[in-house]
Amino acid sequence: MMATHAHRLDPDALKRATGLLVGLLLLWPLLVLSQFQPAALFEARNLMAMANFLKGFVPPEMSADFLGRTVTATIETLAIATAGVALAFLIAAPLALAMTRALSIARIGPGPGRHLSDVLHAIARVLLVSLRGVPELVWALVFVRALGLGAAAGVLALAITYGGMLAKVYAEILESCDAEPARVLLQAGSRRTLALLYGLLPNAAQEMVSYTVYRWECAVRASVVMGFVGAGGLGQLMDQAMKMLNGGEAATILIVFILLVLLADAISAGLRRQLS
Amino acid sequence: MSFQLDNVGLRYPNEQQALSRITLGAGRGERIAVIGPSGAGKTSLLRLLAAALRPSDGRIEVLQQKPWQLSSRALRRLRCRIGVVHQKPPIPGRQRAVTAILAGRLGVWPWWKSVLSLIYPADIDGAEAQLARLELADRLFERCDRLSGGQLQRVGVARVLYQQPDLILADEPVSAMDPTLANHTISQLVNEASSRSVTMVASLHAVDLALHWFPRIVGLKGGAVAFDLPPVRVSDALLRDLYASESSVPPTQGLEPLALPEPGFRHAMPRKFLSP
Repeated sequence: MMATHAHRLDPDALKRATGLLVGLLLLWPLLVLSQFQPAALFEARNLMAMANFLKGFVPPEMSADFLGRTVTATIETLAIATAGVALAFLIAAPLALAMTRALSIARIGPGPGRHLSDVLHAIARVLLVSLRGVPELVWALVFVRALGLGAAAGVLALAITYGGMLAKVYAEILESCDAEPARVLLQAGSRRTLALLYGLLPNAAQEMVSYTVYRWECAVRASVVMGFVGAGGLGQLMDQAMKMLNGGEAATILIVFILLVLLADAISAGLRRQLS
Repeated sequence: MSFQLDNVGLRYPNEQQALSRITLGAGRGERIAVIGPSGAGKTSLLRLLAAALRPSDGRIEVLQQKPWQLSSRALRRLRCRIGVVHQKPPIPGRQRAVTAILAGRLGVWPWWKSVLSLIYPADIDGAEAQLARLELADRLFERCDRLSGGQLQRVGVARVLYQQPDLILADEPVSAMDPTLANHTISQLVNEASSRSVTMVASLHAVDLALHWFPRIVGLKGGAVAFDLPPVRVSDALLRDLYASESSVPPTQGLEPLALPEPGFRHAMPRKFLSP
């Protein structure tokens, strides 16, 4: 009896094992190429070098003059990040609306205008990819050339890159929630934007808000990087501190960053509670 | 004519034939119940009438218009005049009943009114009046995910009552209600249809409800019309034959045995249901 009944084998096992093996084989040369040698971190000479670098960071600079400049720069950074994300939202909202297939009236039936709808969809996609494809640092360099040193360049660079990112993720969030309420509204003659507001947003708003706040947090950090190329805020202050090898000042600025991230977390949690 | 189907067939992309050679018409103010076993094509038929599905062959005319030859603007206007009650009302769970009901007029309100209505409901009295007809006025500001299946179905009915469409389509509108409520809800739909003399087509699982409330019964089997008769002429044998694939007795509310009274009785509407 037992001999006639062979154990059944998982028919997908070979495919999965092959996938895993191929993944590892691809990953290995990439690690070699990127000169990933974790052991080097722990060699005595390198440990000493890092320790010396970090020793410069304590104690953090706490003079009233520097703290004053830090506060001003922090406000400027928050302003850059907030204005950048607000502009990014204005770019992202119509693009996400255009990208979301769940809101396509022409797909019902399918009805008239579906070719036009496909073309608009493709244009929105190309626009999105080109907005996202260029890093914000490059945009910042471009705008610093055009507008001169200062916050305006940072705001524009953030608006463009983050507009693309927000639009992509908004569209994905909208696609992943139940499309039926919006489709039914469209079938009852509702306009696209209203179907979004009445059919999709009630379910998607929470996730979209928390992603937007997370992007704001990223914008705070990105504005720092852009500060290095002259786009204002805490980054410019950090750049000066690094160039003058003033570790204490850098440490103070890092503490401010951590506080800002904590603030972003608190805002996100608060907004989510409001919406749930 | 309220609608006219000529030799209409519907094939789904997976080559499954949902409906074939349907010829069916209704004049203004007619009330039709569609009955038949599950999978007979009741929902597909209603979606064709709602201009939500394009037929694979045959001709279709709804409210004197051929939906699939219209421009997208005219199609949208036509859809505004069709109200669909869904078996599982597709309403976002976080939406409140009042908003879900007011959404019935999204197609006809100016857009700014619909947007402002999200901030403060534009017509609380109107929504409450419709909900009151269905004995659910006390849940006006309840979130829809806090309602039971039967309550949610009544919100869906209230939305269509509020929409005031020229053609009412109802897909198993009372499947989650107990017999008393189901009777009351159907009576309200019938009331609305007859007082404004608009056409109503409802698919119903419970044969007794169909025979009781509708002057015209269409039996659907295997995607084709098996019979199209006034209730007095729907015989026991016809019903047994219609549901032969599913069970030995036709389905009724609470599985009470179907009492077929004397011919000539059933088409008369009992007075008590006409004056709610």
